[in-house]
Amino acid sequence: MIDFCGIELAHPVINGSGTFDAIAARRVFGEQLVERFPFSAFVSKTITLSPRPGNPAPRLWEAPAGLINSIGLPNKGLSGYLAEDLPQLAQLPVPLITNVMGSTAQEFCELVAACERRPEIAAIELNVSCPNVKTGLDIGSDPRQLEAVTQAVRGQTGKPLIIKLTPNTADVAACAAAAERGGADAVSLINTLRAMALAPGSDRPWLGGRTGGLSGPAIRAVALAQVAAVRGAVALPIIGMGGVQSPAHARDLLRAGADLVAVGTESFRDPAAAARIAAEIY
Amino acid sequence: MSFQQAGEHTPAPFCRRLLQVTANEKVGAYRLLWALDRDAPAPLPGQFAMIAAAQGWGAGVDERPFLPRAFSIARRREDGQCAFLIEDVGPGTARLCALSPGEGLWVLGPLGRGFTPAPAGRRTILVGGGIGIAPLMILQDAILGAGAAVGSGTAAGVGVRFGADATPGESASCVALLGFRGREHAHGASLLHEPQVATDDGSVGHRGLVTDLLERHLGDESPAVVRACGPPAMLESVRAICERRDIAAELALEAGMACGYGACYGCAVPRRGGGYLRVCVDGPVVDAAELERVS
Repeated sequence: MIDFCGIELAHPVINGSGTFDAIAARRVFGEQLVERFPFSAFVSKTITLSPRPGNPAPRLWEAPAGLINSIGLPNKGLSGYLAEDLPQLAQLPVPLITNVMGSTAQEFCELVAACERRPEIAAIELNVSCPNVKTGLDIGSDPRQLEAVTQAVRGQTGKPLIIKLTPNTADVAACAAAAERGGADAVSLINTLRAMALAPGSDRPWLGGRTGGLSGPAIRAVALAQVAAVRGAVALPIIGMGGVQSPAHARDLLRAGADLVAVGTESFRDPAAAARIAAEIY
Repeated sequence: MSFQQAGEHTPAPFCRRLLQVTANEKVGAYRLLWALDRDAPAPLPGQFAMIAAAQGWGAGVDERPFLPRAFSIARRREDGQCAFLIEDVGPGTARLCALSPGEGLWVLGPLGRGFTPAPAGRRTILVGGGIGIAPLMILQDAILGAGAAVGSGTAAGVGVRFGADATPGESASCVALLGFRGREHAHGASLLHEPQVATDDGSVGHRGLVTDLLERHLGDESPAVVRACGPPAMLESVRAICERRDIAAELALEAGMACGYGACYGCAVPRRGGGYLRVCVDGPVVDAAELERVS
């Protein structure tokens, strides 16, 4: 058993937010999914206050050894999530981490306060890769904003608070330190790297959302460097992720300073990838 | 063979399986790739699988392919042999077309929702365009029953009986209308039973669109349902024709997808009335009435 912020986990492999829909997967694979659940904790996709339909198609582009996605955070909104999805996710055999995103500190506080009231939720992860409506800068890319949001949210919950750091910043270690000062219990990284593809033979962006986020083996070396940098800057537990496909890749992130490892894009290639990685991680 | 709820799905084993390629047959511009899949449950017509070559997948020019590719399960035999119809149009399909017997193939599936059987007393009109004939092969196999010998391999190992009332081999209950670019692609017509063919260049069959053939058939008195798969423009035309004539139609959609099981949200298509449906879990077969248009 592993202790992560006071939560007991059977092994150190979880999922990256937005890379596994346990409700849809249960429809596809039936009860085998629950019996052989591959992750030691389940992280929900990002929940926002209002429902979002997501971005127009196309939403994907296969990159060299990776994937660019521009999904646009489709979700049912906070009340839809709490009423419809949470009871189903609570049937999973592992602790549940709910990922939320607001565009202001006030929105983040509202989301977190609602999660605080639900005993099914073991921990809360903040997606701070969202532009500040006034400055246009991602909240998570600016240490001062990030510290302020973390501090505001901290007052709303006693549950473990994880900040999902963005790699699209000048100094990820400074952002991690800001999250720590703001009162975070852990950080997770890396989120996807901002990326773009052109429609073949044209000067137009391929993705409906123009730019997207790059994931997969293409970003593994970046993830390793950023996890190591953050380990040098904070004492907080770290969830490391980025291009993990094998037990060896997971071990590298643990050696670089991560406490848990998340699997994302590799689950797209094999839904049971995380179970395979967890089985041979030590 | 047990009856299963139509339009529903057969659950997939929760992991990708390493299969062995047993044959790779050239059919004009296409390849019919066979693999032995003993352990998987029988698919419903219209269900698909995510497939990837076990070796030589990635690490080529541009480090692609990386993700598995979605293909309709085009045919299935009782012994577990299943077939995928493939055309070489990019790095993934090029590698799949080059597979030899004995090589490994990763398969996840069967995935998605399949076709619904036609109500009793109604003909099924199959409308296929190009590579979109693939799910119509297994659907026709199911409708005609085990007795129908069609092109490459007879097939009856599908998980639902579509033609319970029909005499095996009776073709009146089902007509296949197929459209192709030209002669090389029209070889694909050999994979269906007694098809009527249209080609863009008139080299085989009717010169023009497969939807010309559809309009002609819908002029008949006998009630029918339409089951279609093909390029978006063809599907939109089928959808509009059926809507105008108030004929029930199911369309098998295609979309780029990373996972095939609802995880990536990449395969979204607009739903009538707003929002999106995911082709992988809400489809690939959808009631045409669910769509405002196919684009």
